[in-house]
Amino acid sequence: MKHSIAEAARAARRLTTCATAAVLAVMVGTSGLEAQERDKVTIGYAVSKSGPNAGGADMTVTPNYELWVEEVNAAGGLKLPDGSQLPIEVIAYDDRSSAEEVVRAVERLATQDEVDFILPPWGTGFNLAVAPLMAKFGYPHLAGAAVTDKASDFVKRWDSSFWFMGGSADYVNALTEILIAEREAGRINDKIAMISVADGFGIDLVKAARPSFEGAGFDVSYDKTFPPGTSDFATILNEADNSGADSFVAFSYPPHTFGLTKQAKVASYNPPVFYLGVGAGFPVYPKIAGGSVEGVMSLGGIDPDNELNAAYRAKHEDVVGRAPDYWGSVLIYASLQMLGQAVERVGLDKAAVAGELSTGTFSTVLGAETRLENNQLRAINWVGQWQDGQFVAVSAQGGDGMAAVKLPKPGWE
Amino acid sequence: MLEHVINGLVLGGTYALVAMGLTIQYGIARIMNLSFGDTIIAACFATYVLFSSFAISPVLALLILVPAGYAFSLVIYRVIMRPLVARAPDEGALEVDSILVTFGLLFVIQGVLLIFFGGGYTSYSFLNTPVNVLGTVVAGNRLLAVVLSLLIGLALIVILYRTRWGMILRAVALSPQNAPLFGIDTDRAARTAFAIGGAMAATVGVVVSMFQTFTATAGVVFTMKALIVVILGGKGSVLGAVVAGLLLGLVETFVAAYIDPGLTLAAVYGVFLLLLLVRPNGIFGKA
Repeated sequence: MKHSIAEAARAARRLTTCATAAVLAVMVGTSGLEAQERDKVTIGYAVSKSGPNAGGADMTVTPNYELWVEEVNAAGGLKLPDGSQLPIEVIAYDDRSSAEEVVRAVERLATQDEVDFILPPWGTGFNLAVAPLMAKFGYPHLAGAAVTDKASDFVKRWDSSFWFMGGSADYVNALTEILIAEREAGRINDKIAMISVADGFGIDLVKAARPSFEGAGFDVSYDKTFPPGTSDFATILNEADNSGADSFVAFSYPPHTFGLTKQAKVASYNPPVFYLGVGAGFPVYPKIAGGSVEGVMSLGGIDPDNELNAAYRAKHEDVVGRAPDYWGSVLIYASLQMLGQAVERVGLDKAAVAGELSTGTFSTVLGAETRLENNQLRAINWVGQWQDGQFVAVSAQGGDGMAAVKLPKPGWE
Repeated sequence: MLEHVINGLVLGGTYALVAMGLTIQYGIARIMNLSFGDTIIAACFATYVLFSSFAISPVLALLILVPAGYAFSLVIYRVIMRPLVARAPDEGALEVDSILVTFGLLFVIQGVLLIFFGGGYTSYSFLNTPVNVLGTVVAGNRLLAVVLSLLIGLALIVILYRTRWGMILRAVALSPQNAPLFGIDTDRAARTAFAIGGAMAATVGVVVSMFQTFTATAGVVFTMKALIVVILGGKGSVLGAVVAGLLLGLVETFVAAYIDPGLTLAAVYGVFLLLLLVRPNGIFGKA
């Protein structure tokens, strides 16, 4: 405060050399002073740095926040409509993977730290937990790592909420389309073995998957859930194999995804379709699996020929020290780019930024013309598959930035 | 049927391995070590670093990390536990104090791991090769865990019940107040037992890291599982830990195979409750 007053005084002294300019300065004085009072933009967030959610947050969310802030500050700061730039100052809290803690932290960011913008936490449940608060304090809520079919309802309830990761039905329906095409081509039978973790992500996805698979005429011959703490999958894979299904679908979290892969290799369980949940799109997945993961399918995927995405991946690796995952990372990063561009157009007013996010068109890592439909990002790759060492977005026939799915999956080695 | 027995024993072998160290620390040193799981995780990360950065095979890592675990726990006992033992008026007070202190230690270890490795998932592949056991294919690394847990369990039982040194340890476990009357250095016995527990934690960490995904904050999962097995088997009983561990593995596998994988957790706690109702001190516990 002292600093900015001195600065203003100095600026005023310089201006007095010219009388007319001095008059002008007095005329714009009030608004000019206000802008000068501010020497930074504060952005706050609470993410899980410890506890069970830390693994997911550390892969998909936090690195992208850090990358984006570092990039913006290296370029001189956030651009404002008048062409000036302000550096970003970050206030970050650890929610310790506790829903109460994340709510408390967001409340603190809004009322005590009075930050300009709040970035969302990791996870569907946590985003839903903070959504009412974000709306109450008028912050645009760019829910990145949150998969929900109810996004359209939430947008009605909280019109400054934005949803960047689609819904369970989107992911499942895209998979069903591929399975239908494979069945018609005679490469798989009509049985599916499906397992899911008895926790947020698994419950949501399996709820969407049952009607989707059955509606398409598939027989879900093995349909079981397992507790999140499960680490041994020998029996489950054994039973899935015995069910006679050609397609294996698991809505799992990373520890299970890795465990399932290792066990499938040991047991030489190699169904034509092998689809896993979160973790199969991590860059470290092939290394963890210890060799070839060709043909393994999961959520997400990228277009390897997309230069914007390739540049983003290179930058992420450069700044963070490791590659981003092949699913959520790029969506989170795009949401931050949109926030930056919205600020550049309409300034720091929260309601104006929310309005711009809703209606504007942005140039992001996803493409030159990224826009939201009903506050939701829809340009998402739903199904991916490991092909030649890359996790690429696939569809039954390919095209439109997607490769054609290659099935049946080859053997593990 | 046979395949489920084998899969169950393989899973239970890991549980037994996890629990043995804790039961020795609890039974002989009278320290309820809540940071046990985090010591395991520290060993997991150490193995991972040795394997991925120095290309040292996890089997060789055992030779480095087991003595390291022993030394680490010895230092912890001397610096942190000894004053507690010295000032505790009775066993109950020591148990409460040790729970509080090791609860703090848990966060120290976790914090250090978070600084060095971050909160992300870590996993690697080693010895993930199929081995045929009586017609059932099991992973080589899991089989190693069972073999190690049976060997270590056997060795501990032989030492505890067939050697003079083991008798000293048992005497301290049975009656820490009276043991000094027979010229037994209880402090030394407790120190050694605590350090053996630490070496066991390191063993578990090395073996488990081969097949399980771990994070810096996952230690509490191991502590919880170990606690269940220890209480089920009877505190301080190595044989109890092995039997209870194998039993839980079999229960989980059979429930997963014949009823529903979603009920494995419920079945484990069901068995836990039932056995405690019948035998409040555990299968091999003394009243």
